[in-house]
Amino acid sequence: MAEPSTLDDQPVAFPFPAPPSLFHPAPQLKDLQQSRPVVRIQLPDGKQAWLVTRYDDVRQVLIDPRFSRAAASAPGMPDTGLGQASADSILGMDPPEHTRLRRLVAAAFTARRVEALRPRAAQIVDELIDHLLTQQQPADLVENFSLPLPVQVICELLGVPAEDRHVFHEWSDTVLSDTSRDPADIQHAFGQLGEYFGGLIAAKRAQPADDLMTALINARDAQDRLSERELVQLCFSLLIAGHETTANQINMILLNLHEFPEQLQRLQANPETIPQAVEELMRFVQLGNVGAGLPRVTTEEVELSGVRIPAGQAVIPVMTVANRDPSIVADPDKLDVRRPPSSHLAFGAGVHHCLGAQLARMELQEALRGLLGRLPKLELAAPVAELTFKDGMIVRSLHTLPVRW
Amino acid sequence: MATWRVEVSDACITSGSCLGVAPKRFALGDDGRSHPTGDQTDEDESILDAAASCPMEAITVHDLKTGRRVDP
Repeated sequence: MAEPSTLDDQPVAFPFPAPPSLFHPAPQLKDLQQSRPVVRIQLPDGKQAWLVTRYDDVRQVLIDPRFSRAAASAPGMPDTGLGQASADSILGMDPPEHTRLRRLVAAAFTARRVEALRPRAAQIVDELIDHLLTQQQPADLVENFSLPLPVQVICELLGVPAEDRHVFHEWSDTVLSDTSRDPADIQHAFGQLGEYFGGLIAAKRAQPADDLMTALINARDAQDRLSERELVQLCFSLLIAGHETTANQINMILLNLHEFPEQLQRLQANPETIPQAVEELMRFVQLGNVGAGLPRVTTEEVELSGVRIPAGQAVIPVMTVANRDPSIVADPDKLDVRRPPSSHLAFGAGVHHCLGAQLARMELQEALRGLLGRLPKLELAAPVAELTFKDGMIVRSLHTLPVRW
Repeated sequence: MATWRVEVSDACITSGSCLGVAPKRFALGDDGRSHPTGDQTDEDESILDAAASCPMEAITVHDLKTGRRVDP
């Protein structure tokens, strides 16, 4: 490998300006993946970190225990958004603490358990579409479909009243803010969520139900496997993680299919390929605003793509561009719903691999099945360029998605 | 003395969960799937942790003496 030039030694300012296209990673990320796959960056607060963009390296950062989330959650470490939310929760832990909490919830989200929820999800999809059909056109798909579907599913699984959506959704949005949000707002939203769940948990203790929250309460009260604080944290983490991402993934999938209409036609002609198409869409869709994953900190010196990263340094994996690495699929910047499923990193990897991955897959499949099957003429009622996203969110979160059918 | 037999089925989707939970006990194979580093091992709670954390329930653990499944 050539000696780096002096210029190459300078840290790159990060994050980059918003990419010119909703459908592709920032061009700077693509360039770095080619020329400087492991590069020092400087964040707006002056802190430095390493940015990792190649598929193999990103996967290693996510899986290799020498890249620690617990160490990255210590005060003073770089933050890519979600700082507070992740540092205090299961997302800020390493094994064995992480394993203790993850085991408590993993059984509720296995492929087998999720399959059992599929008929109910399909029914919710049907009911939402029934209701949508009574609305005037154009109607907002976010309010009428993309958001209520995952909210209803995770609320039923956890045991949270779905009609409280309008109560908890704003707190949820605040918690999912990027670094541009006032930390005091985020702290306040955490307090509100904690209070809300404290009330729900007290009610479940008095009147247990057949839901995940009751099971977690039992794990605390009967088996002392987690603290009260961990119980509350875990419950609201599951609620938040369980809907905003899926809701916006539904939106982004529809926008991508609108942008690449030949793919939509293929899918409409072959609805039995929806599960496979969902995998390709997960790989391709740029759900993240910046697209960076949560930072890790090296517990010892590690070499990645020939670059030695000393111990104690923050490393930021970029899954959205890793999914466009030519080493995982040929012609990676082309959406092709006929591809065989790839080992994409849309759900991350390693111990923090998305707990709800199977649930999200199932919901996305049922959402597409319902929308394509019952609304074959579904189309956007506004140009993509006129759609607006909420400011300062870590995922691309649409205000509204006006549609006709 | 080995007391357990550990297997990863072809349901594995390489989430990499087991590689993080029990890095000494699992490794990625050339086929891209996770494999136990030894199919016969002594008792180790981390293997049960990995089995319990696997989203595909792809990891099974049998007691060699009794032939019974011991994974959660």
